[in-house]
Amino acid sequence: MLSKRIISCLDVRNGKLAKSVKFVDTRDIGDPVAQAQKYYRDGLDELVFYDITASSDQRGIMIDVVRRVAEQVFIPFSVGGGLRTVDDCALVLLAGAEKINVNSAAVKNPQLIADASYAFGAQAVVLSMDVLRVTPTIEIPSGYEIVINGGRSAMGLDAVQWAKRGEELGAGELVINSIDADGTKQGYELQLTRLIAEAVSIPVIASGGGGTPEHIFDVLTEGKADAALVASMLHYAEYSVAQIKAYLQGRGIKIRMA
Amino acid sequence: MITIVDYKAGNLTSVRRALDHQGIESQVSADADIIRRAERLIFPGVGHAGAAMKVLQERGLDSALKEAFQAGTPILGICIGCQIILTHSQEGDTNGLNLLPGVCLRFQLDDHTLKIPHMGWNAVDITQSHPILGHLRAGDEFYFVHSYYPLPNDPAHIYANCDYGGSFAAAIGLDNLFAVQFHTEKSGPVGLQVLQNFANWKI
Repeated sequence: MLSKRIISCLDVRNGKLAKSVKFVDTRDIGDPVAQAQKYYRDGLDELVFYDITASSDQRGIMIDVVRRVAEQVFIPFSVGGGLRTVDDCALVLLAGAEKINVNSAAVKNPQLIADASYAFGAQAVVLSMDVLRVTPTIEIPSGYEIVINGGRSAMGLDAVQWAKRGEELGAGELVINSIDADGTKQGYELQLTRLIAEAVSIPVIASGGGGTPEHIFDVLTEGKADAALVASMLHYAEYSVAQIKAYLQGRGIKIRMA
Repeated sequence: MITIVDYKAGNLTSVRRALDHQGIESQVSADADIIRRAERLIFPGVGHAGAAMKVLQERGLDSALKEAFQAGTPILGICIGCQIILTHSQEGDTNGLNLLPGVCLRFQLDDHTLKIPHMGWNAVDITQSHPILGHLRAGDEFYFVHSYYPLPNDPAHIYANCDYGGSFAAAIGLDNLFAVQFHTEKSGPVGLQVLQNFANWKI
């Protein structure tokens, strides 16, 4: 049987590692390549890099980060942030990433998912979505709305419907990031994650809110996620990869023990 | 020196980087003559079996690989490289290189909660010892991404199995040819061990 995956996401700004809390007040906490190497040695299953560099003329710095990670880290990793065209995606894949990760650009131009999936295969296309809890309406029946621009712009798009559309267009995996839970360390958004996991037949990666190994257990069971994104728990060394995995294995989750 | 066969099917650079990391000398080539004379060959790939065979034929690499196999060159196939060494693949109804008699079939899973492609980390169960699977431990996991799996005609050619809604062959071999369905270049330290074992393999 497949193991559940523990994935860490590294936000990179101008080549430096940053961790955002509720998408404001980001602060730099180190070198992404060194951090990626550490997590690789510790037995993490996969990595995600989000380029949060503001200006596009700095993009070359990110490609250099991707190349240096690929020389040292022999687990799959995806890269997102600022990828607007198939050519942008190709640069990241050629630099050594397994997968590309699209978010706002895919909301604005859903054809990007289809084009990237055709060019590189569905397994290389990860659709990330930032989701805000709202009062259910006719447009947003699930009560979960897609937002972009770091959570500042609501799109009038239902998160469950967008997830299904993403799968139809050719995404191979989904990252479901709850803006409400992000940075709170109070646990993942279980209801949102489960709603989407039950609506699609591609792997779902839960993101936002993980503060303890028990939170990860909850989202892999009750939340029906295939994988969990873990950020501050690991970045601030509150827990090690080994501690998290030993806890999950102890509770009967199939997990890769390094 | 290991020659990585370049046929525009997937990320050759990740195999190259993994070999570099291990200090194993390698080159990437699409030249049929270089492949015929190679000391060792890695035959990697992701993508579609039909598309891969078409490129091999267009470049004359299909006959170069067959000649290298017959000449006793050590060959390691990875992923699609583990599939098109067989006689036939269901993917695109494609005739393979037929270096190892068998077929490549699409997963037909009774359990509808299991997703296709089979993507992620899964344990590999070694059923016959082989130098390329040396220094691995029971339960070691490797990274898989595939919708089709290899099925040799002769079970004696299976060296390891993996379980995904049923058992399938994860490593197969015949004489100087060995092939793995998982992405050994993306499977962490145990994956690098397999590449190292291939570099050290004495037939």
